[in-house]
Amino acid sequence: MSRIGVAFDKARADGRAVLVGCMPAGFPTVEGSIAAMTAMVEAGVDVIEVEIPYSDPVMDGPVIQKASDIALAGGVRTADALRIIEAVAATGAPVVTMTYWNPVERYGVDAFARDLAAAGGTGLITPDLIPDEAQEWLAASDAHGLDRTFLVSPSSTDQRLAMTVQHCRGFVYATAVMGVTGARARTSDAAPILVSRTREVTDLPVGVGLGVGTGAQAATVAGYADGVIVGSALVRCVLDAPDRAAGLTALRTLSAELADGVRNPTR
Amino acid sequence: MSADALAAPYPDTAGHFGRFGGRFVPEALVAALDELDGAWRTAMADESFRGEFAALLRDYAGTPSLLYPAERLSAKLGARVLLKREDLNHTGAHKVRNVLGQALLTKRMGKRRVIAETGAGQHGVASATAAALFDLECVVYMGEVDTERQALNVARMRMLGATVVPVTTGSRTLKDAMNEAMRDWVANVDETHYLIGTAAGPHPFPAMVRDFVRGIGDEARQQCLDQIGRLPDAVAACVGGGSNALGIFHAFVGDADVRLYGFEAGGDGVETGKHAASITGGSTGVLHGTRTYVLQDADGQTVESHSISAGLDYPGVGPEHAWLHDSGRATYTPVTDTEAMAAFELLCRTEGIIPAIESAHALAGAVQIAPKLAAELGREPVILINLSGRGDKDVHTAGEYFGILDKEQ
Ligand SMILES: Cc1ncc(COP(=O)(O)O)c(C=O)c1O
Repeated sequence: MSRIGVAFDKARADGRAVLVGCMPAGFPTVEGSIAAMTAMVEAGVDVIEVEIPYSDPVMDGPVIQKASDIALAGGVRTADALRIIEAVAATGAPVVTMTYWNPVERYGVDAFARDLAAAGGTGLITPDLIPDEAQEWLAASDAHGLDRTFLVSPSSTDQRLAMTVQHCRGFVYATAVMGVTGARARTSDAAPILVSRTREVTDLPVGVGLGVGTGAQAATVAGYADGVIVGSALVRCVLDAPDRAAGLTALRTLSAELADGVRNPTR
Repeated sequence: MSADALAAPYPDTAGHFGRFGGRFVPEALVAALDELDGAWRTAMADESFRGEFAALLRDYAGTPSLLYPAERLSAKLGARVLLKREDLNHTGAHKVRNVLGQALLTKRMGKRRVIAETGAGQHGVASATAAALFDLECVVYMGEVDTERQALNVARMRMLGATVVPVTTGSRTLKDAMNEAMRDWVANVDETHYLIGTAAGPHPFPAMVRDFVRGIGDEARQQCLDQIGRLPDAVAACVGGGSNALGIFHAFVGDADVRLYGFEAGGDGVETGKHAASITGGSTGVLHGTRTYVLQDADGQTVESHSISAGLDYPGVGPEHAWLHDSGRATYTPVTDTEAMAAFELLCRTEGIIPAIESAHALAGAVQIAPKLAAELGREPVILINLSGRGDKDVHTAGEYFGILDKEQ
């Protein structure tokens, strides 16, 4: 079983959901992002999702777009992202990588899988790669023992849902709302329905992302999902902070609040 | 059409043109793309849809557009030049064909809102026009840089009742407008159709857009036969995303003796890195939902494109062109800003026609191929050029370029 699977199993045994926290690699700097993700782990985030910054992130809202732009303007490269993954994996927390497809294709799909595995990454979340186009990635992830997280959406038909989860390994990412990343005032009504539809076709754990930003929202989502995925709200802690120390403090505070949320699910 | 292998039904059912095309999109959009694919296939097989589309193209858009033998230009080029006058269409470019087709489909799908991206503003204006005609809500995403260089078209869209949203992310040009439109679509896909303005994007857009604009070539092919009793030796078009070029190429793909030339925006010159020639100067990648030639760096980050022509200023190209290039059926060559503007002036002065700067790239390309074709064929070649649009929107840019604006203008 993958390390992600172990994390989900352990949390399930504790009667709680896994907390996944996302941060773009190289934001605000290479060292800064390692410090941020390490702080998240220390404050109770179970799994770190490292997003490889990309010039055209169509699934991301303004907060992650801005953070990605800052990372790219700072000159971060795919090789840096792999170094960051290695450093964060060294904390002991499982690290999953989220990436748009073109950087992987450009690196070379098999070479990327090989180097990701060597860096200690567990696998990929692919927001713009659907299983229909993933032949090369299916082969490379098998060859290098990596997990594959494809997205399912409230608009997915039953047929696509079944097909998509069949190609997943590790966990399934359920997008809570029809939209892009970004914290929202309300949690989604569509998400619990999507999670139960997904559970009908797979035994894999189901993580819910898009729009979760507070401890209370994390508790709500933990009430029906196996994993709670938080991105923009964490990124904003660093983006809005006057200096690095304040950013790390805000990040620790929010991480702890979210960790508390997943331990006290609303049912 | 002949039995040429390239004339086989392409793309495949999943939208692949050889190794190009396909769908690289968030899962959230797949249901809408499948719905669109189904609606398009059903519509194209439906006599009443085809009749409605044909009537709109004729009575509203003013097609078939003329095929004009440009004699004074011919004399300058040493070639017999036929201009396909898409500039005379309603809204001033070939783009109206695509938007009318997609707006009709939007109605059939029961959606009440359209969104569009635009560079030059031509597609935005055409979309706003169709939205007004079909009583659809219309939101147009336009890079902030482009809203400045195409202010007149921004005003046009607003007059037609569209909301223009200046996009301030990334390079603030067409590619970023497309990102923003995609984000809108993911969030509002139930009631919204994304009216993509060129033969790019995820399947079925490249093939569907080609189908809606293929009338350009179908008409021109027949007009050639009627007017000169033969097919042209070469067909020339500018290539941004690639719709006008595919529109005129498609009818000739099976005619092995007809050479197909696509002219990309060479900007300051491909060697300078400041250009928009995705096929000549790019490499295989995935952008905006499709696999194609892309301007990108070593890490797969999209590189900003440069062109004097806002409508060609895009770092990708439709996947069918990538495939026509790889197969050798069509030839793609860059044309610099300087060469395009010289051809712009040439057409103004020889024929009294002010072309869109996009179309001036096709004219400049024809200037370059004319002597080569003449040498190869040993006679005066016949060159069919797609004059994809008129230059009204470019008067300011061209006026500045030629230094002919009075100070206070
Ligand atoms: C007149 C004209 N020609 C050509 C283009 C380029 O688009 P395409 O390559 O899709 O024809 C544009 C785009 O705005 C245009 O306005």
